Amino acid sequence: MTEGVTLPNRRPETGAFFQRDRSWHPPAFTPQYKTSVLRSPQKALLSLDNTISEITGPVFGHNILGELDDDLIHNFARPGESAIGQRIIVYGRVMDERGKGVPGALVEIWQANAGGRYRHKKEGYLAPLDPNFGGCGRVITDEEGNYTFRTIKPGPYPWPNGVNDWRPAHIHLSIFGHGFAQRLITQMYFEGDPLIWKCPIVSTIPDRRAIEQLIAPLDMEATIPMDARAYKFDIVLRGRRSTLFENRLEGN
Amino acid sequence: MVQSLNRFKETPSQTAGPYVHIGLTPNFAEIGGVYDADLGTRMVNDKTKGERITIRGHVFDGTGTPLKDALIEIWQADADGLYNSPSELRGTADPNFTGWGRCPTDMQTGEFRFETVKPGRVPFKDGRLMAPHVTFWIVARGINIGLHTRMYFGDEEKANAEDPILARIEHRGRVPTLIAERDSDTYNFDIHLQGEKETVFFDI
Ligand SMILES: [Fe+3]
Repeated sequence: MTEGVTLPNRRPETGAFFQRDRSWHPPAFTPQYKTSVLRSPQKALLSLDNTISEITGPVFGHNILGELDDDLIHNFARPGESAIGQRIIVYGRVMDERGKGVPGALVEIWQANAGGRYRHKKEGYLAPLDPNFGGCGRVITDEEGNYTFRTIKPGPYPWPNGVNDWRPAHIHLSIFGHGFAQRLITQMYFEGDPLIWKCPIVSTIPDRRAIEQLIAPLDMEATIPMDARAYKFDIVLRGRRSTLFENRLEGN
Repeated sequence: MVQSLNRFKETPSQTAGPYVHIGLTPNFAEIGGVYDADLGTRMVNDKTKGERITIRGHVFDGTGTPLKDALIEIWQADADGLYNSPSELRGTADPNFTGWGRCPTDMQTGEFRFETVKPGRVPFKDGRLMAPHVTFWIVARGINIGLHTRMYFGDEEKANAEDPILARIEHRGRVPTLIAERDSDTYNFDIHLQGEKETVFFDI
């Protein structure tokens, strides 16, 4: 895994991360999203400045990647076939709160197929499975923090919460930066989807501007003509303090 | 007016949902042939240094029911107290130990299980040694932002007593929620999301 992985041209980063702005994230208890009611801690979190246990984290080498890992149209499809649906590119940059690109970040995604159905044994939606679509993909960001996937646009789907709640079309993303405290899972939505503003899970985020940060715009400049449209989704991980003036024990 | 600090806001979290396994452990989700193996399933190999241990447990909701759709990740130092990370400047960690594990809770029983080694001690910011510990991160349907906590070892009473993080817990009755009791080579670490035994979670 981390064996032999280096992040070239970078000094190792050892600063603590900026404190997480919890008001920008959803709180744990959000009764409109019913499952959160019994799964939300009720006591205050214990706030700690980072120690080395949070500042460090696993880093993944490109050697873990297969040739089609970033191509959900083909990575589960039979040879010569491809997934059904609207072909799209999802691309963007992983950066930190200071705007610095995060190279070597592992981005893992999962999503429903074009009809809104997941390939999962606990999934009961009546939309059909696509025999050529698995629904998972992963990439590692380049030196500037850039990443690109090719996939199909997922469909919206109904889910048991209210009697008629539908998830907007979305892609789930899991991101590893350089420190375990940066660990993040989120969801990307698509510009113009009216379901975004009706979704009980989206609305767990209190600030409208924070929700807008999860909506990927259509980027016609990045489309591949006669092939795939493009959506841009930049991801911001927690930034680090500089270690130049970190206080040290005398004599250390 | 003054100059802008030019900071970006962190991307807000959203729940991992019920199908997190598709993305993070697709082989476990029976999506075969895409990745050779699920990441994080093997932390050790034949050459890993240190004492082999198993960490097992469940994640319980507010009714005491184990979560059968959660995903746990752990991160820990090697047997000598070094992290396998580019940000580790104190030395080179055991190349045969990843330090990182990922495990979905069992779909029938809700159990998670990690085969790992007992970590060495690592320093707190002021140089004092922390007690051996494993960092946990828990995501699931109904959890809006991943939960961080730590597991300490029940047979490290002296180290635990001087640990600067455990010392920060004001309500001393909650300290045992972070301590896993040893049973032969296995440490049992149950996580309670709510209720009287609610685990201490960290804002780190
Ligand atoms: Fe979903």
